[in-house]
Amino acid sequence: MLKLLQKIRSIVNQTQVFKSIFRHGYPDTDANRALVMFSNVILHLHPVRVRRGALKIKFTWCLGGLTFLFFILLAITGVILMFYYVPDTRRAYNDIRDLGTVIYFGSLFRAVHRWSAHAMVFSVWMHMTRVFMTGSYKPPREFNWVVGVILLVTTLVLSWTGYLLPWDQLALWAVTVGSKMAEATPFVGAAGPFGPELGRNSGNDMAFALLGGTVVGQSALLRFYVLHCLALPLITALFIAVHFWRIRKDGFSGPL
Amino acid sequence: MSENASESSKSLPKQGKLADLIKKTASEKIGPENTVLVWPNLVYLELIAIMVAVATILFLSLVSPAPLEELASADTTPNPTKAPWYFLGLQELLVYFDPWLAGMVLPTFIIIGLVLIPYVDPSPLGKGYYTFKERKFSMLGFGFGLALWWVLILIGVFFRGLDWSWYWPWDDPHVHQPAGAVKLVDLEILLQDFLGLNEAPLVTLGRYAVTMSNLLTWAMFLGFYAVGFTVPFLFFREFYRKLGFVRYNLVMFFFISMMGVPMKIFLRLLADIKYVLVTPWFKI
Ligand code: HEM
Repeated sequence: MLKLLQKIRSIVNQTQVFKSIFRHGYPDTDANRALVMFSNVILHLHPVRVRRGALKIKFTWCLGGLTFLFFILLAITGVILMFYYVPDTRRAYNDIRDLGTVIYFGSLFRAVHRWSAHAMVFSVWMHMTRVFMTGSYKPPREFNWVVGVILLVTTLVLSWTGYLLPWDQLALWAVTVGSKMAEATPFVGAAGPFGPELGRNSGNDMAFALLGGTVVGQSALLRFYVLHCLALPLITALFIAVHFWRIRKDGFSGPL
Repeated sequence: MSENASESSKSLPKQGKLADLIKKTASEKIGPENTVLVWPNLVYLELIAIMVAVATILFLSLVSPAPLEELASADTTPNPTKAPWYFLGLQELLVYFDPWLAGMVLPTFIIIGLVLIPYVDPSPLGKGYYTFKERKFSMLGFGFGLALWWVLILIGVFFRGLDWSWYWPWDDPHVHQPAGAVKLVDLEILLQDFLGLNEAPLVTLGRYAVTMSNLLTWAMFLGFYAVGFTVPFLFFREFYRKLGFVRYNLVMFFFISMMGVPMKIFLRLLADIKYVLVTPWFKI
């Protein structure tokens, strides 16, 4: 059986199609194992060799990688959810309910999206904690820590903007709590310290900019939708790219 | 030994640690004998991690689908209204601080504080390995902030119910807790009554009537920071010297502000104090 599989593999490896895609043989020799890292765009995120210590699970606990995995899962399930969801206050709630009742696997996609979001928020905190505990932010990696903090913030804001989209009671009031805080921002919020003194009122303050109005309504839903499905994922992906690039350049801080 | 060499070795740690440090630095050099190929070693590890994580997510999704409550309505406010769990720490702070502090200033401090960490920690020790011994202050400081963050979240998730009152797991979550008999009072009123100070303002600046007790609360507030800044400077001069003027002041500012959060919480819980500092524009 194993022999047969190996035979099939060696035949497949010789075909023009396989060679055109992978450009080298199956990675079972050192040369091909190096080549696979160069020629595959995803694997290219890695170096060809790492220090033995980098394999120790108890160093990273895989947390950065898992955060990235959850981001990917969110992107995939998010795109699927977008097919069925219209950010209109008259429709949004019913669209979400349809996911659970009339759309094949709709409930599953929604659940995976939700659980991945929880998991990403949790693992990004844990990843930051690990990086702190191992002192991995020390030179030359200071700036990558800063990129990380930006990612932490975009992750939290992504989750929060997504919270509004189902347009149920949970969503409306969780976001209302948040907008009350925006209203209280010093200097730029109508209810914040020195806000009224600087001419802020409910029609021109921070909360108004966030919600596109004075209450959580249609404009707020549209804003959160665009931020959640377009702007923030793009920004996050951009900073993840920078983050990974710097890790490759600086090497890994891990032990030997 | 030349003047220079002894000078530079003074700023480095003691013999034993220094030796360790040099060994560690030297071993950071990557030679083929210390390394392994990423394929298959790391790639397979990642594949396993991915499969375990995806299986976990799928399992959770099947046993607990995403919730959907009633249609959003501005007419009925759910009680309690809870933010998503990762923001419940901040929402819990609303019990003790006004929204501009709990929702805006403190989160901003947290973010700026996090960004500053690599730039205010000049110690080369403990880079790339777990150690508590070699960096006690930074571990304790960061650990304290982290613990505070998670404890507040846990309180918000598990111990807050109707009217944001405290609910033990065995309390009936559908019955309102009796309204507390405590009356919250501002620190300046407390001082005024306790010391028998004059209620008449000393000066009036626009809307701001500055009383004696109000000045006293200012002195206590600024004194909290002043003491915080000077004590390490006086008694842990080595700590100050290692950081230098700018780093020291940044570290201390964020550290003292962080300590102020549980301080205020305790003042509220133990002395029923609402605000420690009151002005017409902001209250702390
Ligand atoms: C979307 C969020 C993030 C993703 C996808 C991500 C991903 C990763 C990955 C895959 C690694 C490789 C090592 C590992 O798995 O632990 C890494 C390392 C690192 N991360 Fe992140 N990260 C994120 C957020 C953060 C945050 C919030 C911080 C800190 C505030 C941070 C700071 C760092 C640093 C300094 C390293 C280098 C560690 C070393 O060399 O040991 N990252 N990140």
